[in-house]
Amino acid sequence: MYDGEYSEKVIDHFTNPRNVGEIVNASGVGTVGNAKCGDIMRIFLDIDENQIIRDCKFKTFGCGAAVATSSMATEMIKGKTVQEALELTNVAVMQALGGLPQIKIHCSLLAEEAVHAALWDYAEKNDIIIEGLKKPKKDIYDEEPACSR
Amino acid sequence: MKQDNIQNMKTVYLDNAATTAVDPTVLKAMLPYFTETSANPSSLHIAAKRARDACNAARHSIAHLINAKDEEIFFTSGGSESDNWALKSIAYVQKSKGNHIIVTKIEHHAIINTCKFLEKNGIEITYLDVDKYGRVDPKIVEKSIRPGTILISVMFANNEIGTIEPIAEIGAIAKKHGILFHTDAVQAFGQIPIDVNEMNIDLLSASGHKMYGPKGVGILYIRKGIRMEPLIHGGAQEWGQRAGTSNVTGIVGMGKAAEIAERDMSKKVTHEIELRDHIIDRILSEIPYSSLNGHKIERLPGNVNISFQFVEGESVLMSMSHKGVCVSTGSACASGSLDPSHVLLAIGLPHEGAHGSIRITISPTTTLEEVNYAVDVLKVSVERLRSISPLYDDFVKKEVKKDV
Repeated sequence: MYDGEYSEKVIDHFTNPRNVGEIVNASGVGTVGNAKCGDIMRIFLDIDENQIIRDCKFKTFGCGAAVATSSMATEMIKGKTVQEALELTNVAVMQALGGLPQIKIHCSLLAEEAVHAALWDYAEKNDIIIEGLKKPKKDIYDEEPACSR
Repeated sequence: MKQDNIQNMKTVYLDNAATTAVDPTVLKAMLPYFTETSANPSSLHIAAKRARDACNAARHSIAHLINAKDEEIFFTSGGSESDNWALKSIAYVQKSKGNHIIVTKIEHHAIINTCKFLEKNGIEITYLDVDKYGRVDPKIVEKSIRPGTILISVMFANNEIGTIEPIAEIGAIAKKHGILFHTDAVQAFGQIPIDVNEMNIDLLSASGHKMYGPKGVGILYIRKGIRMEPLIHGGAQEWGQRAGTSNVTGIVGMGKAAEIAERDMSKKVTHEIELRDHIIDRILSEIPYSSLNGHKIERLPGNVNISFQFVEGESVLMSMSHKGVCVSTGSACASGSLDPSHVLLAIGLPHEGAHGSIRITISPTTTLEEVNYAVDVLKVSVERLRSISPLYDDFVKKEVKKDV
């Protein structure tokens, strides 16, 4: 593979992304990234009373890797419990996509952060504490964001 | 996409600023020098003489294209080497005169990174601003000249946004002040008229593969009388200025490409401008929230560069590539760094605008049918990516609120 080339799985998830869209009255919505850095992810969660993610949608502004990681991350947390979703790591998303070029690894971090931000929103709305969940960064429209992540 | 699909898919190649296909006539001219007349031109026998004659004929065609003398054309491995050689050599040879070089902020990395290297070695560099179209103001060039200035280097035309610089005016200023003037003409060479005498150009870099010639060959034009130090030391090739066995096939190919460029230039320019303006008009009228980057008129005939709001360029590029249309982008995501194109930032685009840019560069053989297909594909790609963009969502919702 040429340095920086995408895997077939990445191209597939970019071309035919799963779970694109939004959920009206979602249990939790998380938006991370920054327009200045070139990528923003928004993840919507529909969580039932047993804390199981019934449905999951996303909208992403960003490169091919950003779209593909959003698609894969939503696939991986659908049907899972909140706790399982919290344990989803960027490494797991990357592995599921057959790897990412070195310079795109930050895109997979964004997917992990977006899921966490949506879970945080869900926890806040329902006044519950999810063990191990940290407050997300809110810098979507910041003028001086830290693009490196 | 599977490997065999990639090999067989119909492609519309609109990335001619990255590299061009070799003209079939050029290839035909090169072939005998791979197999039949493959001698080293530095040898003394009859076969070497044939190779030498071919190289000299090529040198003549290239010199003629820019109104230079044959002995002012030095073959190199390409544009990057020529740029490196020009800057490093002048900095070295003229160090007793001064240590200041003037360039623009929108130069190719072959210039910018050479400047950064020189800065680490005691050379002071002034990086000039450009206006919102990417044009440098000759008056600002003149104001930046100081006692220790040894070289002005301004690209002939920009590789990303296609803006053509006021080279003749800058050349006149350089001459007036007795300062050497170099231009990186890689994108302009063979595409638009260049006259090194009329424009007072002292050094000029060009590359074979950007003008329908082969890769691995380029030239540095050096005005007679300018003292240089080789970048590549070794044998006595190129009058002792550039060592290494002559790349005969490459040289013959670049020569043939120069000959064709000179013969067909006006016809090709007319065709390209017509297609270029058609692409620009269609995109700006059919795709909302799009804007042209670069100058509308002072622009390379084959260059289109447009920013699309709410989408990121690499994803547009990938979508188009999936449909066989090959273009380029100034997005950070495609550059291997975290910053978008330095050229788009220099013309004052916000990061968002630079991330959402697409460059389309046509060739004389590009057809109307091809560009229409490309614009259709672009339109669908931007629409699809906007439909999944949270930025577009937020924007639309804000607009709806405003209306209410």
